[in-house]
Amino acid sequence: MNGQGILKGMLVTAKNFFGSYVSRERLTTVSYPEGGNTIKEQSRNIPFLVFDGEDPVAGMRCTACQKCEKACPPQCIFIEKDKDERGKALQRPKVFDIDASVCMGCQICVEVCPFESIWMDSNFELSTFNRFEGLQFNREKLLKSNTYFHKIHPQQAQASDDRLAEKERKRLEREAARRAEKSASEPQV
Amino acid sequence: MQDTLNLFVMNIGQWLSANLGTLNNPDQIIVEIARWLRTEFGNWGVVGFILANLMATVPLIAVFSGCFALTTWLERKGLGRIQNRYGPNRVGPYGLFQPMADGIKMLLKEDIVPERADKIGHFLAPVIIMIPAMTGLVFLPIGRNIIAASIDSALLFFFAIGSIVSLSVFMAGWASHNKFSLVGGMRAIAQLVSYEMPLILSAVVVVMFVGSMNTSVIVEAQQIKSWVTSDAPALQCLGQVLGWHVFQPWGLMGFLLLFVSALAEANRSPFDLPEADSEIIAGHLTEYSGFKYALFFLAEYVNTFAIIGICTTLFLGGWNGPNIRPPWSDDPQALLIPGFVWFFLKIFVLMGIMIWIRGTLPRLRIDQLMGFAWKFLLPLAIINLLVAGCFYHMEWYFGWPFSILILCKSYAIVVRLNKSKLVNSNRTYTYA
Ligand code: SF4
Ligand code: SF4
Repeated sequence: MNGQGILKGMLVTAKNFFGSYVSRERLTTVSYPEGGNTIKEQSRNIPFLVFDGEDPVAGMRCTACQKCEKACPPQCIFIEKDKDERGKALQRPKVFDIDASVCMGCQICVEVCPFESIWMDSNFELSTFNRFEGLQFNREKLLKSNTYFHKIHPQQAQASDDRLAEKERKRLEREAARRAEKSASEPQV
Repeated sequence: MQDTLNLFVMNIGQWLSANLGTLNNPDQIIVEIARWLRTEFGNWGVVGFILANLMATVPLIAVFSGCFALTTWLERKGLGRIQNRYGPNRVGPYGLFQPMADGIKMLLKEDIVPERADKIGHFLAPVIIMIPAMTGLVFLPIGRNIIAASIDSALLFFFAIGSIVSLSVFMAGWASHNKFSLVGGMRAIAQLVSYEMPLILSAVVVVMFVGSMNTSVIVEAQQIKSWVTSDAPALQCLGQVLGWHVFQPWGLMGFLLLFVSALAEANRSPFDLPEADSEIIAGHLTEYSGFKYALFFLAEYVNTFAIIGICTTLFLGGWNGPNIRPPWSDDPQALLIPGFVWFFLKIFVLMGIMIWIRGTLPRLRIDQLMGFAWKFLLPLAIINLLVAGCFYHMEWYFGWPFSILILCKSYAIVVRLNKSKLVNSNRTYTYA
């Protein structure tokens, strides 16, 4: 019989129609505000700065090396080094701005950072009432705790913590070795 | 003026207490009210005349515009569910007020007329398309005695008026001064003219059987009179269902043909070539925005309603339905459930099927569309015409097997022919 294909197709769509009322799995749409946050481990948009401990400024991992500033393709990062009272440059940024309206979320800054300081955030609710100042994220806004990092990207945060610990261990080892060398050479003098 | 109004209000009270108290025939309440209002308006001179005429048309426009709004919601919801989405669910409960939001959006949009467009034609097209759309509704018997114009040549008039649609569609396409619009307009002309043929030929069988083109008469003819007037409720119920023309072999064939051609006439998927959005943007609608676009949209849906209203009237028994006479009533024509309930139920079921088809079938190619009309629908419609003629003159025990056999065989043969090289030589298309 001709025309069976049409009936078969109609059956498929009917199944989908009624199925979407019966089984929740068919409906993949998440109704946004009330449907809850469905951010996945790997989701990313704008970078943020990680700090350890409680105090954002003291625990800041960033050393103001400005590698990310140079690497950023649309050049939306602006960094100014902090200085102490005598005018000596400190190893932390006084100003760290990211223009969220320009950032394209390419994650290059994350890749170049040698200090595990800058990571991608996954907060997408960024709307503001002001197009210019509102989207200019300053240091205070960018600094977020390691706990938060663990919350949004547990795997990345753990890996980053492990690397830092490894680095710290190596540093201690090197120091111990140097101290041992020093104490070994001293008696000869 | 004050006195007239006072009298009017007093009369309402009197009439209500006299007529509605008994509730002899729930089916006819609206008709009674309208009839009484009309006699009341008769004393008011010219104003009354205008009011009486408005009374016939304004509810029609209002009700069908309401149906249009509901249908857009249903369509978006239904298509959404077919594609495993929610569909609109933000404005109001279940997104029911979405059509209003759409309407407001449409009204607020800028009305853009292309610089080199034919301004008059561009303006007139959406206005003209409303005329056949709304006029078509006038001939639909929504319930017993609820019909805006019960004229003897209603069916003829309906199809004649219906072909104006192609004029305004082409007008829109030509006046827009846009290639996509023009292509859409030309497609529309070709399609509408071709599908008119099977549309009318499949409707003619009903006229042959009933012997009248008056839609009210056609609906009345779809009752088994002796059953409806009998005393058993079950018989009354069945008498208003089994008499539908669709329950006869030629009627079923005619209904299917009419429905398929109606899809094409109303520019519904899978025959929505004139506005195929993936090929020619929106066809003749490309250059329309704002309220003019909304008018086209409205006209399209009202047109669809008119045409499936005619389908319902001709084959699905119009306002007939599983209905019984109220036990307390002595009027042999009384109905418990008003007829228009059944009518709108059927319309929405057909509309639902159209939406379902839209969610299922992909769009045809233009040569497939033409071939389908001329090589498939038209021969079947003509054969159906012959079969119906024979059926009319045969005893039922001979007519039924005969017509079923002939119709099935001819369907198979037409399909076979369409697949053979004889009719369907392989064409090669070269693209410029
Ligand atoms: S994610 Fe890319 S664009 Fe954004 S700040 Fe980092 S390097 Fe620049
Ligand atoms: S975020 Fe990393 S790369 Fe950028 S300045 Fe700070 S330490 Fe250097």
